[in-house]
Amino acid sequence: MAQIATATAVHGTSAEAQQHHPIRVYLVVWGWLFVLSTFSYLVDIFHLQGYLRWSLILLFMTLKAGLIIAFFMHMAWERLTLAYAILLPPVLVLIFVAIMVFEADYTLFTRKEFLGAG
Amino acid sequence: MPDILPTPTHAAPTLSPGWRGIVADWSSDQRAFKNVSWGKAMMWIFLLSDTFIFGCFLLSYMTVRMSTTVPWPNPSEVFALEIAGTHMPLILIAIMTFVLISSSGTMAMAVNCGYRRQRVRSAVLMLVTALLGATFVGMQAFEWTKLIHEGVRPWENPWGAAQFGSSFFMITGFHGTHVTIGVIFLIIVARKVWRGDFDQERRGFFTSRKGQYEAVEIMGLYWHFVDLVWVFIFAFFYLW
Repeated sequence: MAQIATATAVHGTSAEAQQHHPIRVYLVVWGWLFVLSTFSYLVDIFHLQGYLRWSLILLFMTLKAGLIIAFFMHMAWERLTLAYAILLPPVLVLIFVAIMVFEADYTLFTRKEFLGAG
Repeated sequence: MPDILPTPTHAAPTLSPGWRGIVADWSSDQRAFKNVSWGKAMMWIFLLSDTFIFGCFLLSYMTVRMSTTVPWPNPSEVFALEIAGTHMPLILIAIMTFVLISSSGTMAMAVNCGYRRQRVRSAVLMLVTALLGATFVGMQAFEWTKLIHEGVRPWENPWGAAQFGSSFFMITGFHGTHVTIGVIFLIIVARKVWRGDFDQERRGFFTSRKGQYEAVEIMGLYWHFVDLVWVFIFAFFYLW
């Protein structure tokens, strides 16, 4: 029992000490999020089209998401065990995306070919 | 006799780093997330499940947009506003984005102040976060009202593919609900911090457990997640 109590006490303090970071880190991340959001808004303002538009949107989106997860959500300072357990599963959604791209293409094909649409 | 005094094996300093650490953590006894409390681990696992929910929403949006033969309405024009006689494309969404990012910033500060035991500052920052969140929901309500007046319904709209309305109400509605729940939770946690619950180790009304300032960080995880989801909605629904 005493052992468990010690363990929790040690754990309690270490969890706090771990996430004790200088305010400056948050301010810098905050600033970058503003800059990146402005950039992605400018993509629309300047009417960029096609692959340039899509790649820029994805780039700014990924950078913003990465900054939020890594610093605001403290994932950069967590143990790799937690980081991989949480961050890897969503990546698998990309397989689902690939499946649905094929499905959507097929649906569009049947609508055009057999329903006389488009 | 070293065996008489067992050292707590899951104390942080003794953990090995890198891949060796991952293998050691997962193959060890009782718990895989060594230096993470159950509260934080559960919040992360909840957020993971929520990721799949929003992932499925965005995925179904992608599918209907790719498969429709009718042109998709241009979001840049749909969400444009006339401000002081100037036509501003997508301006409301841009403002909403900045409001939500700012709320994430104040939340991160609140977590930091909580760990520094600056309870009043932490509570005030959380209330500012809640206020910014409420502002966001208010602007979303304005946006919904405007679109409904213009004739957007889940089954039709004046500009093109009918699926636009259903995707819009589903995705932004679910996100707005998350923000609203977040605002309520922020106010509850802010009240606890303000009152000094985590300094006096006052027991919670529901769990009867002593709280720690980590509760603020866990609250922050949820709030940052709401901001994170908006990053994806902004990119895929409004900008694409």
